[in-house]
Amino acid sequence: MHQQSIDQREYNITAYTENQVGLLNRIAIIFSRRKINIESLNTSPSEIEGIHRFNMVVVETEEVVRKIARQIEKQVEVLKVYFNPNEEVIWQEMALYKVPTDIIADRAIVERLLREHGARAVVIRKDYTVFETTGHREETDKLLTVLQPYGLIEFVRSARIAIIKNSQGFHHKLREFERTEPSPEVRENDYLNSRDKVFTM
Amino acid sequence: MYLNLPPQPVPTSPETAVATAEPATQTLSGAQATLHALLAEGVDTVFGYPGGAIIPIYDALYDFQEQLNHVLVRHEQGGIHAAQGYARSSGKVGVVFATSGPGATNLVTGLADAQIDSTPLVCITGQVFAHLLGTDAFQETDIINITTPVTKWNHQVTDASEIPEALAKAFYIARSGRPGPVLIDITKNAQMQKAEFAPYQPCTHIRSYRPRPLVRPEYVAQAAALINQAKRPLVLWGQGVLLGQAEQEFKQFIEKSGIPAAWTILGAGVLPTGHPLNVGMLGMHGNYGPNVLTNECDVLIAIGMRFDDRVTGRLDKYAKQAQVIHLDIDPTEIDKNVKATVPVWGDCKETLPLLTELVEARTHPEWRQRFQDHDAEEIAAVIQDELFPTSDELTMGEVIQQLNELTQGEAIIVTDVGQHQMVACRYAKLNHTRSNITSGGLGTMGFALPAAIGAKFGAPARTVIAVIGDGGIQMTIQELGTIMQTGVNVKILLLNNQFLGMVRQWQELFHDRRYSFVDIASPDYVTVARGYRIAGRRVDNRLALQPALREMLEHPGSFLLEVMVTRENNIFPMVPQGCGVGEIRLR
Repeated sequence: MHQQSIDQREYNITAYTENQVGLLNRIAIIFSRRKINIESLNTSPSEIEGIHRFNMVVVETEEVVRKIARQIEKQVEVLKVYFNPNEEVIWQEMALYKVPTDIIADRAIVERLLREHGARAVVIRKDYTVFETTGHREETDKLLTVLQPYGLIEFVRSARIAIIKNSQGFHHKLREFERTEPSPEVRENDYLNSRDKVFTM
Repeated sequence: MYLNLPPQPVPTSPETAVATAEPATQTLSGAQATLHALLAEGVDTVFGYPGGAIIPIYDALYDFQEQLNHVLVRHEQGGIHAAQGYARSSGKVGVVFATSGPGATNLVTGLADAQIDSTPLVCITGQVFAHLLGTDAFQETDIINITTPVTKWNHQVTDASEIPEALAKAFYIARSGRPGPVLIDITKNAQMQKAEFAPYQPCTHIRSYRPRPLVRPEYVAQAAALINQAKRPLVLWGQGVLLGQAEQEFKQFIEKSGIPAAWTILGAGVLPTGHPLNVGMLGMHGNYGPNVLTNECDVLIAIGMRFDDRVTGRLDKYAKQAQVIHLDIDPTEIDKNVKATVPVWGDCKETLPLLTELVEARTHPEWRQRFQDHDAEEIAAVIQDELFPTSDELTMGEVIQQLNELTQGEAIIVTDVGQHQMVACRYAKLNHTRSNITSGGLGTMGFALPAAIGAKFGAPARTVIAVIGDGGIQMTIQELGTIMQTGVNVKILLLNNQFLGMVRQWQELFHDRRYSFVDIASPDYVTVARGYRIAGRRVDNRLALQPALREMLEHPGSFLLEVMVTRENNIFPMVPQGCGVGEIRLR
């Protein structure tokens, strides 16, 4: 088992990147080279057209995370990297639960549990129903535990997505970059450009 | 000849739009477009080896033999090391061609070497047809993923139309910021495909890539304030000064501030060997003074160097008393190994003049005297016997010393890896920058012979001397064939101690003289050289040494001089692994 030092804790690494084949590998090997496990990884288009946002979670010391963040930012196709401990971000994970429809229809207790955990039905079929909930790991775990006795068929959880509390949004930064060194290829999202603080908590 | 036009102005009104002719496009194959791009980037020499997946590029090259000098090597590893030598002697981007599969994988060692030593390269590999990717086709290998950790950037092209932009980015990325190797993998269909090409546009900007940091003057001011208070300042410089072409700026800074300066092996030659403020080499086999006094200085100014473990020894015993100023263009280097009190992030060509302006003119006579005292100790304990031995057998040091007398520091010295490398770097006299070419970070045996070939193509007016051991030369000895075919004039100085000497030294000192597989046999090198139509001589005594060195240098073409040196000599001083620089041993 990997020994955890007292300075290690969860950090959320946020990277804004170009959408390029092979970049995921380039980023992943920065961790694997140092034998660091990525606990969670999400990548999807950001608010800026053509720019992707990576959310990665690692358990490490601040010093190590800072060096990793710089190494990621050094990659040619990476625009900007931020790293934050948990208290500096708002984060969620999404979970889907597939349970037999007859059991939940039969038992009022299941309906109560789902309600308590804020689950929402996504699909209801004769044979099974899929519920969805979002929250921290403990919250989605808890629903998983309580549904176990009622014939849970399948379960899946997403990676963590996190928003940085103290951020003015990356599109500002990008525009600042582009002001000093304009590039012909930049395309920003018109909707977000007109709404400066839309991503500020 | 390809037209390298500036960007066309954007038409501002319908009239001018009519008046401005459309930029002339040309119908070319992807292979032709590749060569046009190389010419537009100013490439004059390519090192390569043909093969199935790169035949279309070689076919196009047939028509470009006047403009592009293609050097046919004997192995792709030799090709990439030659390109490294070329890049390091000329300051230009080295270019390599290789085919898919084994051709491409043979580049990996050179890519890793160029990545860790920040050498600008563009490697172009052929790849199987795009529709065959992922089918385990003949000579298919996933070279993009194989080379990702050892390239600054890499990219696969599957359509001819992408070629000019990919190559423009490749050259821009390879040479800008902290330089490094780039690999472009071009599928065979993309090389053969015909397309319409607009005039070549060099790349000058990539949105996600900022190679030139904005210099923050407040940090320069803080650095200057620290330097101005310092009683015992020490400068450590590395290859960054050379890569930033800031040799003059560096010299001005050193001469005004009067600070003694020591170098990493890749920084050698930036300040001439004989410069009064050059206090010698850093690191495991560096000079006594700069190592010991690193742990006594009050302000340590690191310029374009990365605190490699061979320089620092044990980090928790490294310069703990000093305030550290770190000038580097690569932000990942700042605080990576040694915490900087003042980080000066930027191109040293910009930051050094700002710093020079703010520092006070000093001479630090007492502090500099400390270095001279340590030098005297090192001369007495090590250098005297190494350069002017009284025993019968020749030492590596006296060979380099004799060579210095003949070259007077004007030659380019290319070294391989091991004991001879440390001796050559310690004792070679260098008057000029870009005169010491060696595999520093990766420590690649077999580097020197091909790198020397490339170095000569990159600096044809200079004498290029490859100093190689009997282990390293046997790793890439096939490149004698490249010398034979091209007629390139490279002097090969083979220091033969009949051992893998550096490993033997460690086995002697740290493993109870258990000499495990370091006793390496050699062929008759002079005969081997003769087989390749290269002149040669072997010497094993002091009287014959200088005449033989003279013969080698005066010979009109390449020459191999094998010098038999004492078998079990150790390189000292030495900072043993796991020790601090202050614990450097003189014997």
